[in-house]
Amino acid sequence: MRTYILRRVFTAIPTLLVISIVIFTILAAAPGDPLSQLALNPEVPPEVRENLRRALGLDDPWHIRYFKWMASMARGEFGYSFSSHIPVIELVKQRLPNTLAVVGVAYFIAALFALPIGVLSAVRQYSFFDQVATTFAFIGVCAPTFFTGLLFILIFSVKLQWFPFIYDTTLKVEDFDTLLKQIKQSIMPISVLALFQMGQLTRFTRASVLENLPMDYVRTAWAKGLPERVVVFRHVFPNSLIPVVTLIALSMPNIFAGAIITEQIFRVNGIGELLITSTLNNDTPVVMGLTFIYSALVVFFNLVADIIYGFLDPRIVYD
Amino acid sequence: MNKRKNPLLHMGFSVLILSLLLGACATPTTEAPKPTEAPKATVAPAATAAPTAAPTAIPITRGKGGTLKILYWQAPTILNRHLAVGTKDADSSRLVLEPLAAFGPDAKPVAVLAAEVPTLDNGGVSKDLMTITWKLKQGVKWSDGSDFSADDVVFTFDYAINKDTAATTAANYNNIAKVEALDKNTVKVTWKSPNPSYYVAFVASGGAILQKKQFADWIGAKAKDAPGNLKPIGTGPYKIREFKPGDVVVYDMNENYRDLSKPFFKEVQFKGGGDAVTAARAVFQTGDFDYAWNLQVEAAVLAQLITTGGKGEHVAVPSNSIERIMVNFANPDPALGDKRAEPDQKHPFLSDLKVRQAFAMAVDRKTIAEQLYGPQGKATCNYIVGAADVTSTNTDKMEVCTYNIDKANALLEEAGWKKGADGIRAKGTVKMSVVFQTSVNAARQKQQEIVKAGWEKIGVKVELKAIPATVYFDSSAAQPDNINHFYADFQMYANSVAPPERTPDLELWTTPFIAQKANQWRLTNLNRYSNPEFDKLFDTYLKEIDPVKRAALVIKLNDFLIADVALIPLVARAGPNSGRGKDLKGVVPNAWDSEMWNIADWSK
Repeated sequence: MRTYILRRVFTAIPTLLVISIVIFTILAAAPGDPLSQLALNPEVPPEVRENLRRALGLDDPWHIRYFKWMASMARGEFGYSFSSHIPVIELVKQRLPNTLAVVGVAYFIAALFALPIGVLSAVRQYSFFDQVATTFAFIGVCAPTFFTGLLFILIFSVKLQWFPFIYDTTLKVEDFDTLLKQIKQSIMPISVLALFQMGQLTRFTRASVLENLPMDYVRTAWAKGLPERVVVFRHVFPNSLIPVVTLIALSMPNIFAGAIITEQIFRVNGIGELLITSTLNNDTPVVMGLTFIYSALVVFFNLVADIIYGFLDPRIVYD
Repeated sequence: MNKRKNPLLHMGFSVLILSLLLGACATPTTEAPKPTEAPKATVAPAATAAPTAAPTAIPITRGKGGTLKILYWQAPTILNRHLAVGTKDADSSRLVLEPLAAFGPDAKPVAVLAAEVPTLDNGGVSKDLMTITWKLKQGVKWSDGSDFSADDVVFTFDYAINKDTAATTAANYNNIAKVEALDKNTVKVTWKSPNPSYYVAFVASGGAILQKKQFADWIGAKAKDAPGNLKPIGTGPYKIREFKPGDVVVYDMNENYRDLSKPFFKEVQFKGGGDAVTAARAVFQTGDFDYAWNLQVEAAVLAQLITTGGKGEHVAVPSNSIERIMVNFANPDPALGDKRAEPDQKHPFLSDLKVRQAFAMAVDRKTIAEQLYGPQGKATCNYIVGAADVTSTNTDKMEVCTYNIDKANALLEEAGWKKGADGIRAKGTVKMSVVFQTSVNAARQKQQEIVKAGWEKIGVKVELKAIPATVYFDSSAAQPDNINHFYADFQMYANSVAPPERTPDLELWTTPFIAQKANQWRLTNLNRYSNPEFDKLFDTYLKEIDPVKRAALVIKLNDFLIADVALIPLVARAGPNSGRGKDLKGVVPNAWDSEMWNIADWSK
């Protein structure tokens, strides 16, 4: 197992390197200008714009800029944002709590509810509960987040005036009052995301459990006279969990990427929103930093998923 | 255990639920009132007293208010005005950093940190226009308690003018020979040559004064690393408590602010992100926010939000930002290769005045303004729009500013362009086929359609092109789709709202400023317009010192460009174009300075 892990870590390094080159090349080749906002401003004549461009190092050819970036990455510096001139790491540190508070919680809730619902759906296949759960799973998967987000805003914020729809990132939870406020402002983005995630996860769990239910060892357990609870939770559930856990592990990096659209709609201003605004503004250092972190997380969680799989399924042996 | 239910049941159920949910939100859209019923834009009473006039017996209301919530759909990313790239940064820093004077709603300067506005009459501006002397207010303190003095003003000049600082406000200070502190409260600015535009430095948004103590070590190449960029110390009514770049700024009241009765609010939250429509909702429908900026929402939708919401008012006054169609005087034919859109390649038909007039008379600017802009814009046929003394009243009477398809057709016939069998006009081997480009923007695409419909009526083949904004406004020499290259016959955009100084807008029509390959398309005359009469008139304007004669020359230059159809103006956009909560008082819409120019006066 140890050699396996080490081997995987060593192959990860060239993978990340190639990823960074590809992303950098694409960004450099893409049309667009971090200074385009100044184009029509009569107070900023062309000479001043040229000066700005030179100051930001945008004058150099792209391979020089790539090596400069690599050199600072090796030192652990992710560079400075073009628009706010603060270190990329600072930006990430500021945005991460918002993303975790909304997207992280949404994923957690989705997993928390999806697993039991999926199991119950499979065990009581085609019952009323199953029909309702399946319907909502379909809705969750098919309705895009910008649709459900806008729908929720119209119903709960505008018509019913129950919840605020603009997320206040400065709210610090110190007492029950502020906790209530935090719940009120995050319940909509969390439910939008959870609904979407739950759809996928419920269906997947259900299918996995259904696969295991007709198996011989389950039949043996029934034949031995074990109660349903024991059959399902001690025998079927752990075995069905194997593919589900790998799915969850592989979707962990998505928490970091944030839910771009939901964050925009509710102004949660987390990592996803940072990624999209930096891409639209051609803020290369930020985009490079975020995508690099994201790729590193994907590689890492792939490894984690493989290891977990190895633990859960005794038939798998790594060397 | 294997009950097979109809899978269609699932789908039916889902459709039922979805349609119920959709039905719940269908009602608001069916009540859209017609654009003509939109509520009139609020015109706040003209600012009578300058913010600095000593209030007579006004009760102390400092800090009586709670939190003021402001929403911009672009989030501030830096708070140092001199390194700021966008309006969002300039506005969010205005709560903290102040200039010596602001421009008021009438485009005249209003003293802020200055004791009074220097003019020719009071001797502050020298008769030979070589110097301007600012007397500063006494006893003003920075928010950290230290004294504000003339040294801070001199430092701000050194900071902005330093090439390595790469300040975005550098152009405002270019003409200055030196800035001296005559004493603790007097600053003298000496120009390199007589300058009739003496309010271009230290006034309005670009004139924000930095604290020398805070930024002294961060001038030059180190400027972008300064911690003060994210937490500048200022003389304004608020100071920064917390700043999350790209997200939100939280301000506390500045106890050292010079006016003891202001500001009203104890705290300000300046939030950014999202889009314009939900920002409008937040002010008009839910009342979650007190002020929302730049509501670029379709006129009909905005009107509906305001009337059905009932919690806010629209804040809009016409500004000098003109949405216009630019005419290419050079030939953008791709067959010319390297010589494409070069000034020596005359346009096959747009170089003929009669043809240009015809095109201008086939543009229905009234429909565009009413249908697409509503209260957010006014149809105009002027290039220069501003204070009354520089805004021409002659263009409305010009024939070229009317919408007259018949006359346009007649003009083209006169010029020798006859309609072919396919309905497209041609002369010899040249067909009248044009490419009309603009940025990707829902309203702009609709404008393109309206213009295309008009031009097709006069026998022109129109090809529309929409380019993403970051590409369209990308100024690099390698980007063929930007406005600088102008590889099209017509292009449409608007200038940013600018302070009253008009010279840069006029100079870009002169021959020396033509953008072409030789100068990497860096100069500002993108139309490749060259008219010796205009150049002469512009020279006269530059040399003119008397302000009244100067203003008259601005009008003459404007009329010249319109009569010559160098461009086709469409709409004077409103700026600000924002929303405020009904209970928010003190907001004075001002087209000449930041929307936050008088935030100290806001209250509830």
